[in-house]
Amino acid sequence: MMHEDTVLLRAGNLSKAYGNGCSRCESPEARNLEKNYCPHCGTVYALQDVSFALYTGEILGIVGESGSGKSTLMQCLYFDQPVTSGEFQLNSYKGGTVNLFEESDQVKRYIRNYHLGKVYQNPMLGLKMKFSSISNIAEKMISAGHRNVGVMQERASELLSHVNIPAFRMKEAPQNFSGGMQQRVQIAKALSNNPPILLLDEITTGLDLSVQAKVLDLIKTIRRDFQITMMLVSHDLGVIRMLADRTLVMLNGRIIEHGLTDQILEDPQQAYTQELVHSLL
Amino acid sequence: MNSSYNYAFFDEGSKREIRRAILKAIAIPGYQVPFASREMPIARGWGTGGLQITLSIIGRSDTLKVIDQGSDESVNAVNIKKLITLTTDVPVTNDAEKATIIQSRHRIPEKPLNENQVLVLQVPLPEPLRFFEPSEYATKKLHAEKEYSGAYLILFDEIIRLGRMAGGADHPVEVNGRYVMAPSPIPKFDNPKMHESQALILLGAGREKKIYAVPPYTKVASLAFDDYPFQREKSIGQTCRLCGASGVFMDELTDDETGSTSYQCNDTSYCLERMNSHDA
Ligand SMILES: Nc1ncnc2c1ncn2[C@@H]1O[C@H](COP(=O)(O)OP(=O)(O)OP(=O)(O)O)[C@@H](O)[C@H]1O
Ligand SMILES: [Mg+2]
Ligand SMILES: [Zn+2]
Repeated sequence: MMHEDTVLLRAGNLSKAYGNGCSRCESPEARNLEKNYCPHCGTVYALQDVSFALYTGEILGIVGESGSGKSTLMQCLYFDQPVTSGEFQLNSYKGGTVNLFEESDQVKRYIRNYHLGKVYQNPMLGLKMKFSSISNIAEKMISAGHRNVGVMQERASELLSHVNIPAFRMKEAPQNFSGGMQQRVQIAKALSNNPPILLLDEITTGLDLSVQAKVLDLIKTIRRDFQITMMLVSHDLGVIRMLADRTLVMLNGRIIEHGLTDQILEDPQQAYTQELVHSLL
Repeated sequence: MNSSYNYAFFDEGSKREIRRAILKAIAIPGYQVPFASREMPIARGWGTGGLQITLSIIGRSDTLKVIDQGSDESVNAVNIKKLITLTTDVPVTNDAEKATIIQSRHRIPEKPLNENQVLVLQVPLPEPLRFFEPSEYATKKLHAEKEYSGAYLILFDEIIRLGRMAGGADHPVEVNGRYVMAPSPIPKFDNPKMHESQALILLGAGREKKIYAVPPYTKVASLAFDDYPFQREKSIGQTCRLCGASGVFMDELTDDETGSTSYQCNDTSYCLERMNSHDA
């Protein structure tokens, strides 16, 4: 639930194109709204004028079919990908007065280290598979300037046990772990510097149902124990229903509907969302 | 001297180009300068980077010493010396004090070097972040941003898995408070010799096409953690069975028959000189 009505993160008119565009697709009006790519030059308009706010304490769900731009949105907010245009403010950084997309790489690194934690859809992108699990947690701490092995090791062990990695496996490299364990190591890593916001991208995709349930329970306990605000991407409405307070529905790189999750599930306004919800029932 | 080759094997244009890379390396201590590494009459990975530096800076007034893992007489050292003396007229010495250019693989001589000397180190892997980040494009950015978490993470992981910073050689160093650099596979024992070294240190990687440098009197700090300070290999109580030296880098020898362990200076010319002075 929203504890306070304060905006923690704001994204304004965020756009991301893969490709340079051509004269046929330069203006957004000329683009076919049904598709997110230009048939003439192949440019993919993965995000088109995406605007939303994230409030303190909430879990904001993002749902949409494959290719709708969910991962791209997460990547842009974590500076994994440069945006084409748009604004991004965090109220924890300079009171939300600066567009973080325009800051230096050093500032972006600082934001990644202290203000955000991210769990990637693909654990290969989020973890150093050959380093020990403890080292994976410490990586973010080292990057934030920690230079005390004992302190980092203690913090890493604490977080790993919080996500139920048994102590005797903490020195092992995640390449030996199951998919569910790898996601849990990623979650521990994301929490290492106590960020106010977690970005979670398809954290249960590809896992067995019973393992999925455990990871979802873990998200609930983490929300309770760390009082952290989250953005949760999933193409699975069941996951969204279970965890998200509010939900954005994405299609072809745009937000086509947003509101309280219950409202969207009970009374979807857009035809696309209605279809989506009916397929769940 | 074989006069069918240009002096020091290379044509003057090539030497000048390599010297320009060297000058840039000296101007930006610890920064890896790309250079057009040439095909050499020895195989890449056998010291071609160091050799190209040596050939570009050597002149008629120089005296050369070449060592390979502490030995002046190993096949590699001898071959490199042969190539250089065939194409130059410089005298060769084993005495670290008499040399003006010392090309070395895996060691810095025990005798402190001075301002009139250049130490040329052969480098197999110049990128200290490579194990952490395979992409050259990415490591270049990390250097530009002075983002060296990866180098610390490699050491941290050793401590977690093995209880200590276990790598014996090529322990990364921060040069002049800015760039982190691979000192080449010298033992940790030699790392402190780089700090405020009176001699210019040039490092060359032929296969990887990089030259970098530590100018004289430059701060060189081995990476470490607050609670795990940098430590050289311990040689406490070890004395050389030949010359009786202590406090230098030793090779450990095991007698096949008795199984007993003894020690011997790794720097053979240093050892020999001490033995000769005992005899005198
Ligand atoms: N690096 C890239 N280069 C080119 N196109 C890309 C790249 N990454 C994503 N795209 C395209 O951008 C669009 C959005 O992709 P994105 O991965 O954000 O979708 P998604 O909603 O996360 O999908 P999924 O549910 O399959 O994970 C897709 O059309 C995709 O093909
Ligand atoms: Mg995705
Ligand atoms: Zn186009």
